[in-house]
Amino acid sequence: MEKRNVVSVRSILDRCLRVVGFLRRLARSRSGLVGLLILGLWISIMLVTIFWTPHSTSDFHFASRLQPPSLKFPFGTDKFGRDVLSRVLAGCKEVILLALTGTLLAVSLGTLIGLTTGYFGKWYDEIVMRFMDIFMSFPGLLMALLVLAVLGPGWVNVIIVIGVVFSPRVARVARGAVLDIKNKEFLEAAKSRGENSFYIMGIEILPNILGPLGVEFSVRFAYSIFLSASLGFLGMGVQPPTPDWGLMVNEGRDFIKVAPWIAAFPALAIASLVISVNLLSDAIRQLAAGEI
Amino acid sequence: MLPYIFKRAVSIIISLLVASIIIFVIVQILPGDVAQMILGQYQTPETLHQLRESLGLYDPFYVRYVRWISGILKGDLGISLSITGCRIADLLLDRSRNSLLLAACASLFVIPISLLIGTIAGLKRDTWVDKMVSLTTMVAISLPEFASGIFFILIFSLTFKLLPAMSNIDTNVDLLRQFPMLILPILTLSLVILGYIARMTRASVIEVSSSNYVRTAVLMGLPTSNVIVKHILRNALLPSITVIAMNMGWLIGGIVVVESVFAFPGLGSLLLYGVMQRDVPLIQASVLFAAAAYMILNFVADLLYLFLNPRLRNP
Repeated sequence: MEKRNVVSVRSILDRCLRVVGFLRRLARSRSGLVGLLILGLWISIMLVTIFWTPHSTSDFHFASRLQPPSLKFPFGTDKFGRDVLSRVLAGCKEVILLALTGTLLAVSLGTLIGLTTGYFGKWYDEIVMRFMDIFMSFPGLLMALLVLAVLGPGWVNVIIVIGVVFSPRVARVARGAVLDIKNKEFLEAAKSRGENSFYIMGIEILPNILGPLGVEFSVRFAYSIFLSASLGFLGMGVQPPTPDWGLMVNEGRDFIKVAPWIAAFPALAIASLVISVNLLSDAIRQLAAGEI
Repeated sequence: MLPYIFKRAVSIIISLLVASIIIFVIVQILPGDVAQMILGQYQTPETLHQLRESLGLYDPFYVRYVRWISGILKGDLGISLSITGCRIADLLLDRSRNSLLLAACASLFVIPISLLIGTIAGLKRDTWVDKMVSLTTMVAISLPEFASGIFFILIFSLTFKLLPAMSNIDTNVDLLRQFPMLILPILTLSLVILGYIARMTRASVIEVSSSNYVRTAVLMGLPTSNVIVKHILRNALLPSITVIAMNMGWLIGGIVVVESVFAFPGLGSLLLYGVMQRDVPLIQASVLFAAAAYMILNFVADLLYLFLNPRLRNP
């Protein structure tokens, strides 16, 4: 039977409708709805700030430093006179893209490891999994600081760190999922057809473990935001003057008595984003378990 | 049970060994070596060469590693580069005493309260109490430690002027008098853990409440308090211990951020300082120390779980 890869308008519409259907099912639970709304808000803000922000994120307004929130500067200004609102809105882009890329890296790496260890097994599985276990026995932030001490701060290194820190956990989940379906008949059929291992892993097994991987992805995404914000706070993440929420909270800490808005608004922003992602992961988990 | 404990202890030692190798390998990739850092602007090719010889930096990788490990086993963790001349062992012991105090107080505070909250929420499922608790715990686990720390400072130090914002305690002064300085860090450290443990306990209580043996106990006419304590709690609290163990590791990681927010002189801020200054011996020693602490805490939690769960006692 010939394979026809037809990308027609119809198939694209089909996929869009499937995504919309998925989102509608998520929205049926209260946590999913709130999570979607808040995350949707932040994503729209992110898209808008690529083109426009109320004020520039790096322009100094020396005449109006450390101003409380006003009509001109709704979130106030920081020690250089930069508009806090614009920086908070623009920082959303950094946070989401950083965490997303890091999570994608972690999930890809982890899935690769999990697939191969689950499928091949034997001594390869033993050794690699022991190694992963020991990696997991480091608290995440500790491992992140260790690697960043070597690589130095910066957003590329933070992405690498997120990938390294979270891939063992994803590998565990992926491996578990692979072992679950290892004895199913369609895999035996594929093997007796003479398909090679990569085909079996990539085309037969992978689509069937997307469920647990999806849940894991959303949970890791929340943790990645957490981790990258904490690293930013400690000064090991994105470097100034790029607006990063963690960094802004750190810079605002010195002025907390005279200008609490510099630290408070980024902190609220982080809180709202993580809450929304957590709510969404809850909803995705419920969806995967068939509760909604 | 004893062979299990022995096996676990051995596996921890092996893990620690592998962890030390990992730490050593990662840190040794650092560009620029220790000799350059020590000599700083006074370096010349000859002095660098001499210092490297005396420090043994020209030795192959495994020789340096074995030297480091044997030093640790003898109790010598090296000398810090950034805090010039200080023996790292002294620094670590001093700072970890403080961190241990913080961690112990946080654990003692958070574990009973979160278990209580989780149980009440689980027993009174779907009432407003439960919904409040679910909401609060969701917020609690979503706030990074520095965000909640800042919020606590804003509320308790600035608005209500109840507690100090900085916690740079002095170990030479009586600790009891400095206790107010510890309250905010403990609160911040506990918040995330409280969220996780409360949620886990609630889920576990709900699951156990719908099980057959609980239904039997209720139908048998046992008084509710009896059912709750002897049947529900005893079984529901077990998974919570695993969560508590997991969160102890979180404690060690989160303590770095909390110590940074409150300027608390502990292991976390020492590690951070080492990372900022790229002080190789300090980074190596403190990360290893922290990892060891985490593994030991997990081991203790494992033992506790074993002790409390009769099914595992005699495999």
